[in-house]
Amino acid sequence: MMRKQQTFSRGLSDKVRKSKAAPEIQKNPFEVKINRKKFDVLGRKSKHDVGLPGVSRSRAIQKRKDTLLKEFRLKDKNNTFIDRRFGEYDSKLTPEEKILQRFTLERQRTQDRKDMYNLNEEEELTHYGQSLAEMEKMTDVIDSDSDSEEKGLLSAELTATHFGGGGGLLRKKSAGDDEEEEHKPRSRQELIEELIIKSKQEKRERQTQKEEAQELTEKLDQEWKSIQNLLAHKTPKAERTDETDKPKLDQYDMMVRELGFEMKAQPSEKLKSAEELAREERQRLQTLEADRLKRMMGDAEEDAVQTNTHISADDMNDGFILDGDDRKTLAYKDGKWNIEGEEEEKEDEDGDEEGGEEEEEEDDEDDAEGEEDDEEGEDDDEDDADEDHCDLQSDEGSEDEDGQGAEEEQVCAEEPPAVSEEQKKAAQEAAKAELPYTFPAPESYSDLKQLLQGHGSEQQRLILDRTLKCNHPSLSAGNKAKLQKLFGFLLEYVGDLATQNPPDLRTVSALIPQICGLCQMFPEAACKAVQTLLSDSGHSMEETLEVKGRAPMPDLDMLVLLKITALLFPSSDFRHPVTTPAFLFLSQALTRCAVVSLEDVCKGLVLCCLALEYVSLSQRIFPELLNFLLGLLHLTVSDKHNMGYTVVSPFRRQGKSCDLLVLKDPNVSHSWNRKPISLQTAHRLPAQSPVERDHYRLSLIDSCLDLVKRCTWLYKDLPSYAHIFQPIRALLLKHLPVEGYPAPIQDLHREILDAIPEKPSQHAPLVFKKKKPIPLKLFTPKIVQILDYGKKRGNTKEEKERERLKHKYKREFKGALREIRKDTRFLAREKLSDVMSRCVKRKVKELYGSLATQEGEWKALKRKNRK
Amino acid sequence: MAPSTDSNVKDENSQVSYKKDINTKTGRILQNKKHSNDIFDVIEYLQSEKDKEIIFATNACKRVFCQLFYRGDLYVGDLPQEEELMSGDRSAEEKYRIFMRHRYNNCVELLLENMGHEAFQVKEASLCALMKFVEAEGKHPLQNLDLIEHYIFPRELLRTLVEHLLSTEEDMSLLISRFQEFLEMDDVRYYVMSSVRDNIYRVMGRNKKAVIPVYQNNVYTLLSNINVPSQGSKIKHFLVKQAYRPEEWKAGKLKEHKRAFEQMWLLFLKFKLPSSMYKKILVILHESIMPQMSDPTLLIDFLSAAYDIGGAISLLALNGLFILIHKHNLDYPDFYKKLYSLLDPSIFHVKYRARFFHLVNIFLSSTHLPAYLVAAFVKRFARLSLTAPPTALLILLPFICNLIRRHPSCRVLIHRPSAAEEPCDDPYVMEEEDPAQCHALESSLWEIKTLQKHYHPDVAKAAMKINEPLTEQEEEISEVLELSTFELMERDLKAERKTIPLEFDTATELLKSPREVLGVHFSLE
Repeated sequence: MMRKQQTFSRGLSDKVRKSKAAPEIQKNPFEVKINRKKFDVLGRKSKHDVGLPGVSRSRAIQKRKDTLLKEFRLKDKNNTFIDRRFGEYDSKLTPEEKILQRFTLERQRTQDRKDMYNLNEEEELTHYGQSLAEMEKMTDVIDSDSDSEEKGLLSAELTATHFGGGGGLLRKKSAGDDEEEEHKPRSRQELIEELIIKSKQEKRERQTQKEEAQELTEKLDQEWKSIQNLLAHKTPKAERTDETDKPKLDQYDMMVRELGFEMKAQPSEKLKSAEELAREERQRLQTLEADRLKRMMGDAEEDAVQTNTHISADDMNDGFILDGDDRKTLAYKDGKWNIEGEEEEKEDEDGDEEGGEEEEEEDDEDDAEGEEDDEEGEDDDEDDADEDHCDLQSDEGSEDEDGQGAEEEQVCAEEPPAVSEEQKKAAQEAAKAELPYTFPAPESYSDLKQLLQGHGSEQQRLILDRTLKCNHPSLSAGNKAKLQKLFGFLLEYVGDLATQNPPDLRTVSALIPQICGLCQMFPEAACKAVQTLLSDSGHSMEETLEVKGRAPMPDLDMLVLLKITALLFPSSDFRHPVTTPAFLFLSQALTRCAVVSLEDVCKGLVLCCLALEYVSLSQRIFPELLNFLLGLLHLTVSDKHNMGYTVVSPFRRQGKSCDLLVLKDPNVSHSWNRKPISLQTAHRLPAQSPVERDHYRLSLIDSCLDLVKRCTWLYKDLPSYAHIFQPIRALLLKHLPVEGYPAPIQDLHREILDAIPEKPSQHAPLVFKKKKPIPLKLFTPKIVQILDYGKKRGNTKEEKERERLKHKYKREFKGALREIRKDTRFLAREKLSDVMSRCVKRKVKELYGSLATQEGEWKALKRKNRK
Repeated sequence: MAPSTDSNVKDENSQVSYKKDINTKTGRILQNKKHSNDIFDVIEYLQSEKDKEIIFATNACKRVFCQLFYRGDLYVGDLPQEEELMSGDRSAEEKYRIFMRHRYNNCVELLLENMGHEAFQVKEASLCALMKFVEAEGKHPLQNLDLIEHYIFPRELLRTLVEHLLSTEEDMSLLISRFQEFLEMDDVRYYVMSSVRDNIYRVMGRNKKAVIPVYQNNVYTLLSNINVPSQGSKIKHFLVKQAYRPEEWKAGKLKEHKRAFEQMWLLFLKFKLPSSMYKKILVILHESIMPQMSDPTLLIDFLSAAYDIGGAISLLALNGLFILIHKHNLDYPDFYKKLYSLLDPSIFHVKYRARFFHLVNIFLSSTHLPAYLVAAFVKRFARLSLTAPPTALLILLPFICNLIRRHPSCRVLIHRPSAAEEPCDDPYVMEEEDPAQCHALESSLWEIKTLQKHYHPDVAKAAMKINEPLTEQEEEISEVLELSTFELMERDLKAERKTIPLEFDTATELLKSPREVLGVHFSLE
């Protein structure tokens, strides 16, 4: 900037001082004026610290001399403009005539040229004011058909045919040419002819070159054609017919155009390799997981992140945040979600799944030919199911060992499907044979019930699947509302299935994918539907509690709904419109519902399982769960005296139904073996022999202990871990009749006791969180675009702009005023000098005059004296 | 179907016939003394099998005897035995009166018996008839009043009535609530109170002070229905008007009412009660019993006995004790120690949680309490909070914070910078009964730290508050005292949310999810 300025100024001064002298002037201390500075500001470079007043003054004067003085001298000496155009002041001529006459005159003037030797150049022809030759050139570049011979000039014939000829003008001109040739001296004739021949030769050469090029292009075209078939899948029919009709006329154009179009249609996204797909999938999952974690941390944290707007000086402004939320995705403590390990294979499978979904969606769109598509869709679904199953297994595997891909895959392969493929296929075939392919969306719950009742679970799933496809929201505007309602009906239906006698849980399980799909489609509607059910159930429970003081355990339908809730919505969120109320419902059921039968115990256990599932990811503490487990274990104790713990609602220290889990016959433990409890027993326990009942009790105790074990895993990092488990430990240690239990349960019992420490672990005393020091904001430079130096006032952008303009105007005004003053001073000086110069002459004259008169007088005196 | 219609017809016939029969007979009895033997038939109806007949007959008896009272056709004075009736030389008129008086006594006996009938209508009709007789006897006394000072009131009849009302075998609460209407009358109330007192004394004495739940329940129902008017001037409403110096009648004095009320309750509370009865009484004690007593401090025995029982009863007794301490200058030694020992996990699950916390809040509101005491309470509450449901935690956590705010010396519980970073055992001794010995001040509230991981967002947020210096302003806990789980649930159900996050790995089966626990233990089949 400075340098530029310097060069500029130097240039000017050079101009002023006529070179060479300038550098000397700049060094000359008498010429230089140093401006005194009030303050030294570091880093500020002032361009006004040194001035050359002499130079600038002389420059200004010179400039004035060049401009102002000239004007001044020419003042009052103006010219008049006389229009000398033909017939301008002739009022007799009409404008058309005037123009015609002027035109002829102009033509005549140009025709009178003397350049007879110019062969290539003719007069320029125009069309709408533009040179025709120019236009020709522009188009000629592409148009190889046009005659190259006539490039740059048109023959008389051509112009005659095209434009009706230049008429007399042209002929006249050619005549003129001849005349001129004749006028030329004979001696040069040969020379001229030579010239002509030369130029013609050149022209011919050019023509041959062009022909060659054309041939080459034609050859290229033909070759291209032979390849073209290979490149393009099929040449459009239209083109082929064209080819036969006029094989040569438009062939090239057509092809060019074709090529252009095809080039446009062809490009598409690059086919992604499996790796890329996997990477994308992983990225997707990671973002989702990060999102989930963020929600788990809760609103408070979120706010904190949002308010952190202070940007470090080192911030590159590229969205990179050091806090590293991204990294947390890998930081799961007990390996339940080890992204590194299991992502690899999960990605692939998920990718497949997505593919399947996409296909399904396509199916939806052209459902008219739904048969085959449906089959495909079903197969996909099945595959998905199996794969997911495998996935799950691998998940659990990875709990123990950090995901080792190969091994897990083996596990997947080994896992036998529950029903053989053939059987499934056969069942599907049969189902398809019976079922129609389109179903109307059920308008009411009874419609849905009619639609589904009397079919097998697989068929029901199929019916639902087809219903969903037939009524996909993209097919019709009203479908969205219908499907939203359908979700509510489905939940109701599932509830009905679960309360049937016996409960049809297989069908419920089969309908899960559809329910999930609907939920993904309409999260709001799903949320509303589940909320309504939860609210209704919670309300009725509250009412019974108020009336009776105790409520019965929730039925199987509620348990299933809670389970479905966990499948549909993330229970790990800090606050969630569905899962938070579901948590409270669980809490309510675990604290207020009376346990009076083995069914109730079973339901309670289901609730505990659900509760544990809800908190397993977020590792949140659920006091009611632990209370309830303690209460359940308390039911196994026959001697209720001398306890080292207190049981709370809904259990009582003693009373009836306080020994529900006490074994009647201590010898049954030998015949017991571990197997999952049927959910149906939660609904109604079938009449059993005492031995079976005892087995059932043992299963319940086993599950209960396992849940306690899982709890100890889950909560072992909490500061009050030992206090939380203290009652359970006391019970297990002193009161549980573990000797009468089978070996697996005894093992479990031992494991739990090992996991709970006798003495609480040590902890550092609490202190307040250290307040984050408020960072000094000074080290971050505030970057403001400086438009103009000087004082800045105003706050908003507009105000600033206005202030700036005002300031500029003022400065300019002052400058202009100063300039005007200088101008007037300059002029005055000039005038004065003029006057002065004139004055000196007069004085000299006067002096001369006076001297002459003196001389004259003196001479006259002398003459007089002589006389 | 035919037989049933027949029986219906028969029923109707009989209905019509018994009505006609009773009506004609009562008419004849009242018209002519010759037909007085018809009264036997009418009274016989009182023992009928059919409820309607009994009710009708009851009403008829009521009519007949009221008329006879009015006419003065009932014998006044000591009633001679019926067998002696013929022997004595009396006028026919007198004989008739004696005869009718005997019938009246028969009728009253039967009516009292009918008060234990199965059908409520019968009971109710009998009760009303008896009360009518009480009124009639009050106007036309059946005793010879030799002393003018004697205020006329049929005490004996009322006493037997109360005795039947307070059955030892049957729950009479419905009838007692019907009886409440008569308790509006001041004289009835007064004499009922005294007869109840006699009755309790006799019945409980007979049972050797053992618990008789049905009887005590009946007594409780009756007692809780008795309300002494707040001002003496309001005692105007009498069933039996006294002609002679009504202002000196005991039943007309508030003081006497209060004394009777007090004696009645004290006697009732003197005996051992079933625990549910304790709760019932303690719930209403501070509102409807203590203000009506002339000297509430007499309840101290009962209250301290209840306070020592433990559990919910102790919690409830707190309220009464509080009133005694607060308003009647009662000095209760080791009150805080006892309160401290009351705190166990069950306090969060009892019905009277709100009341309890309200009171504890008042008890611990004084800033003059020693720091060790407050710290002990805070630490114990914190320890107990590990088993509390979310609704209780929403009370408890702000409450703990408030306590620490009130007592800045307890701040070390959440902020001990001197010993930071050095892990130590929890010095607090949960089992220690004495708040002075439990080392709470040396401890820290790690339990609250644990609760920061609570599943409910509001609880977790409330627990987070101890991470930073507490604000000056105390939090209001009265709003959350009555919060029920469902209300808490509705907060989230009603809240508007823009986005609803979904589980991103879609499930394919009911028992298959990434973190399956249910499927491990349970199967679908």
